[in-house]
Amino acid sequence: MFGWLLGRRGRNAFDLTDWMSFGFLGLGVILMLGPVLWLVLSSFKTEAGLQEYPPKFLPLAPIEVQVDGYDQPLQMFTVTSGEHAGRELAQVRRIGLNAQMVDPANPSERLNVAIGDREPLREFGIASENYSGVFERFNFMLYFWNSTFITVVATVLTVLFNSMAAFALAKYKFTGRNAVFVLIIATLMIPPTITLVPLFLVISEMGMVNSHWGVIWPAIATPTGVFLLRQYMLTIPDDLLDAARMDNASEWKVYWKIVLPLSAPALAVLIIFSVMWRWNEFLWPLIVLNRSEVFTLQLALNSFQGELQTNWSSLLAMTVLTLLPITIVFAFLQKYITQGIAQSGVK
Amino acid sequence: MLKTTAVQLYEGAFNLFERPMLALQKLFGQSRIAWVFLLPNLLIFGLFTFLPIILNFVFATTGGDRILLGDRPFVGTEHFASLLDCESYFDPNSCHRDLFWRAVGNTGWFVLMQVGFMILFSLITALILNRDIVLRGFFRAVFFYPVLLSPVVVALIWKWILQRNGVLNAGLEGSGMGTVNWLLEADWAFFWVVFVSIWCNMGFYVLILLAGLQSIPSDVYEAAEMDGTPRWRSLLRITLPLLMPTMLVVMVLSVIRAVQAFDEIYVLTGGGPGSATTLLIQYIYDVGFATRPRFYGLAAAASLLMAGVLFVLTMMQLAATRKQSGDN
Repeated sequence: MFGWLLGRRGRNAFDLTDWMSFGFLGLGVILMLGPVLWLVLSSFKTEAGLQEYPPKFLPLAPIEVQVDGYDQPLQMFTVTSGEHAGRELAQVRRIGLNAQMVDPANPSERLNVAIGDREPLREFGIASENYSGVFERFNFMLYFWNSTFITVVATVLTVLFNSMAAFALAKYKFTGRNAVFVLIIATLMIPPTITLVPLFLVISEMGMVNSHWGVIWPAIATPTGVFLLRQYMLTIPDDLLDAARMDNASEWKVYWKIVLPLSAPALAVLIIFSVMWRWNEFLWPLIVLNRSEVFTLQLALNSFQGELQTNWSSLLAMTVLTLLPITIVFAFLQKYITQGIAQSGVK
Repeated sequence: MLKTTAVQLYEGAFNLFERPMLALQKLFGQSRIAWVFLLPNLLIFGLFTFLPIILNFVFATTGGDRILLGDRPFVGTEHFASLLDCESYFDPNSCHRDLFWRAVGNTGWFVLMQVGFMILFSLITALILNRDIVLRGFFRAVFFYPVLLSPVVVALIWKWILQRNGVLNAGLEGSGMGTVNWLLEADWAFFWVVFVSIWCNMGFYVLILLAGLQSIPSDVYEAAEMDGTPRWRSLLRITLPLLMPTMLVVMVLSVIRAVQAFDEIYVLTGGGPGSATTLLIQYIYDVGFATRPRFYGLAAAASLLMAGVLFVLTMMQLAATRKQSGDN
């Protein structure tokens, strides 16, 4: 009954179990990518298109035509019933429950159609004003910059400080080394969500409420990063370091010019993790940052979805812009990210 | 161009620190320089991790709505007593802090459902992806992609689908079924909270289980095949037992995470309708930060209780690991 889950490798024939596997995976693809795709498609619809129920699959825009004798382009309609049923007409103006329409082929003749008898003609069209509106009205660049600042600064400091600590723990013998290592690893067991209140006291005592540094500092000393880098640095042979010391290299030089470049694969994993953590972080910034001018993208999105219940068009465009950077990074570094996670077991 | 700038930055940073570090090396000697390397990380650890752990106990035993410790009167175990003040622990209405116990109950159900179904689906997906199928890398990437999305984005994606005039209701109506206001009906809201949380976390566990599956040597299967063992039997007798260590890691990680679930749920439902999807962390956030006056003491006490539960759960699972490795 469970046999289809465990196919042998290296067969050529495509049997029932393969079809079931592909059925499952196909369903998975729809379930995993479908919602994201729907978001992207929806973000290109006009506000009117978003209000439409049931929703159309593709973003549509009304068709407009230039008719002789009229300065403005006129919107096209198809007439569904009444005396002109079946014709495609351009609307000149609406008067009450009737619309004055013309046939673009014969512009001189005005026709009267009840508004219930016609439906707008539409074609595939992208509402790019959703995106330009996000930049013009919602200060997107400010939030984007705030998020970028926190992500970049925190990642640089994380990599620097964690690798220095990992270097000390991996390449020196000193009393207290094991104690320090155990202490750092022990904090892996204590999730940051436990210490929200006292951490807020520390941050406010240091005057970092509503400051990006209040988000950056507590995030830097990650036990995961120290552990990851230490394990990797243990594999670098000591002889290499000693040879450099023979040539009068300072300890700083040994660290910066030999150990760091050789740890590049582990550093890359930590950089990717750190960028992901900081870009997506929500709860701690929500507590520390209360003024909208210091909001990160995540906070801005959250507060807009509270305020703009009806303004989905801007919200959806902003959501797409927020997931774009991570998606691009993933598209290029997919292999390294999945390998890094599989090897280290952290997220 | 970009590369030379990066190299220059790297060299510049080296030169910047070289002299001070050399001076420190002369001052402390070669062996104690290790502490200099450790210092920045340890300072931050001390200030933002260890100090708060200790301060948590101070907050939990003092009252008032002031953040500064000097302004907070000592109240002893009052917060714990009020949180634990219940006639029956199975009926939140009989409790002094009924919202806390609702959050505890919700979190319990959430952990059970989310972890249970997530491990089941992750396992099936990993077993299938472990087969020699075409487009394997693509499928693996697709299942992993939602893990990278921020919780806020995840919540908004689903909110857009689940809203009253959303695509799900349209689809249901189109196929002749009735519509539901998904996030405003308590049971459905809870279902979607679990579902969305599985949706955006599952890929991570698929990866870990897949790594575990790939570390199982293939000659074991070859031997079983030569003995004519049916495939379902080698799944139950070879794959699952050998996957047990990885499964335990997955269980420990996912339980610890599920107990602390907050972000995507808070944005998706805000804990509602009523308190139907309010979990523990949201209770702590609401009591300590979101509503005024801010009851820091109560929030700290609740987080200490949560830490206790997490500790017990982790210990139980570690004990299970030990027992299991003792059995083999």
